[in-house]
Amino acid sequence: MQATSALTLYRSTIGKKVIMAVTGLIGIGFLFFHMYGNLKIFLGQEYFNAYAEGLRELGAPIFIHGHLLFLMRVVLLAAVILHVWAAWSLWLKAHRARPQSYEMKRVVQANYASRTIRWGGLVVFFFILFHLAQLTWGVTNLPGGFDRTDPYSNVVAAFQSPLVVAFYLIALFALAFHLYHGTWSFIQTLGLLHKRWDRLVRLFALLMAIVIPGGLALVPISIIAGFI
Amino acid sequence: MKLKLRVWRQPSAATEGKLVDYEIEGVSQDSSFLEMMDVLNEKLIHEGEDPVAFDHDCREGICGMCSMVINGIAHGPKAAVTTCELYMREFNDGDTIVVEPWRAAAFPPIKDLVVNRTALDHIIQAGGYVSVRTGSAPDANNIPIPKDDAEISMDAAACIGCGACVAACPNSSAMLFTAAKVSHLAMLPQGKVERYDRAVLMVNQMDAEGFGGCTNIGECEAVCPKEISLDFIGRLNRELIAGTFKAAGNR
Ligand code: SF4
Ligand code: FES
Repeated sequence: MQATSALTLYRSTIGKKVIMAVTGLIGIGFLFFHMYGNLKIFLGQEYFNAYAEGLRELGAPIFIHGHLLFLMRVVLLAAVILHVWAAWSLWLKAHRARPQSYEMKRVVQANYASRTIRWGGLVVFFFILFHLAQLTWGVTNLPGGFDRTDPYSNVVAAFQSPLVVAFYLIALFALAFHLYHGTWSFIQTLGLLHKRWDRLVRLFALLMAIVIPGGLALVPISIIAGFI
Repeated sequence: MKLKLRVWRQPSAATEGKLVDYEIEGVSQDSSFLEMMDVLNEKLIHEGEDPVAFDHDCREGICGMCSMVINGIAHGPKAAVTTCELYMREFNDGDTIVVEPWRAAAFPPIKDLVVNRTALDHIIQAGGYVSVRTGSAPDANNIPIPKDDAEISMDAAACIGCGACVAACPNSSAMLFTAAKVSHLAMLPQGKVERYDRAVLMVNQMDAEGFGGCTNIGECEAVCPKEISLDFIGRLNRELIAGTFKAAGNR
């Protein structure tokens, strides 16, 4: 019984949120290093492509070429699936919990980020699909064609279109709000928050919400502005 | 004071409700919101109409009966008070005031502003108690309790079970209520024995009643007449996580 008890977490609403918190944390960790890695584009084509190739060498000599990366992708995919599943299930439950809405409803203290957490998540979800299609699977038509061995050129080509850049910036904006409430929220959900530390945790959440989307936004902005 | 009221009228659970407009005059600034509702009802009775049904009992902020969403805010515009403790001086002459019941699937309507809040009782029944040997009364202060723990427990015990937290929550979540009840007992030595069973059983009941999940928005804390803090929700989360890992609640 003891061994399987943790596996019953998914059944309760709080358990589902714990799953969202843990998978969200994996997401935040990934995003941070993704942002850090992306900034290497400022060091030039050779350096950036070597970095992209280097990702496959992660864990060498213990892991064979590409294996650790594959493992990380599996973990990430599982995290995304669980996060979306829990969010969807909680959304449905909340929706059913108020069949008749108020004629007049006012917000007293909740911030914008917290009230839009689900919609922001939806925007980010569709963005991820587009982003993968464009720069990992190469299914969208890039001007110079998609070259699997030259991610630098793929990225530069993708961000020549103002439409694409605009979409990225909108999605990153949504991500910033999602991260602000998400970061604070995972700490509260895991029961780690105390009112005394609230200001500090809010600051940390704000930092995450600025640094991660900000760092990621630098790339498309610099490319369309012609710095790269 | 002269006021324009828009009150939710619903003859029964089976019939559709709607906002009905009323105008009343001569309301004293010093009367409470419920007294203002009494004035309206007397007027309606004189006119041969059905008075507005609303819950109330103590009229001094301790029973938790007076459930009204006033101008979109549970218990009205003033923080940390119940509707019965809200005075008309919070409003201006000529104001329009919208009065609605708590709205949640777990609180089915009964009539007008009265809803059935038995769901909260079910949560209590699931684990909001301590098992003690009955018989001779134990000596007071027999078990020493650290001052800080007693304070936290008392803060949680202030919850009057009014349900405003549910009414204000966009998810209709009863987390603040359940968190207050679980924390209140978990902080005390007498309550520690059953703390993990209690957390799991009460949360299971809360979910079964059809309340939504918490998204840490904090509207509950903002409208709570007893200023129950979100800290208690964090505490409930800890209790539930530990309880789940211990496979508690199987009795
Ligand atoms: S937590 Fe506050 S708002 Fe909720 S039932 Fe208790 S007293 Fe009412
Ligand atoms: S009537 Fe008892 S709390 Fe308002």
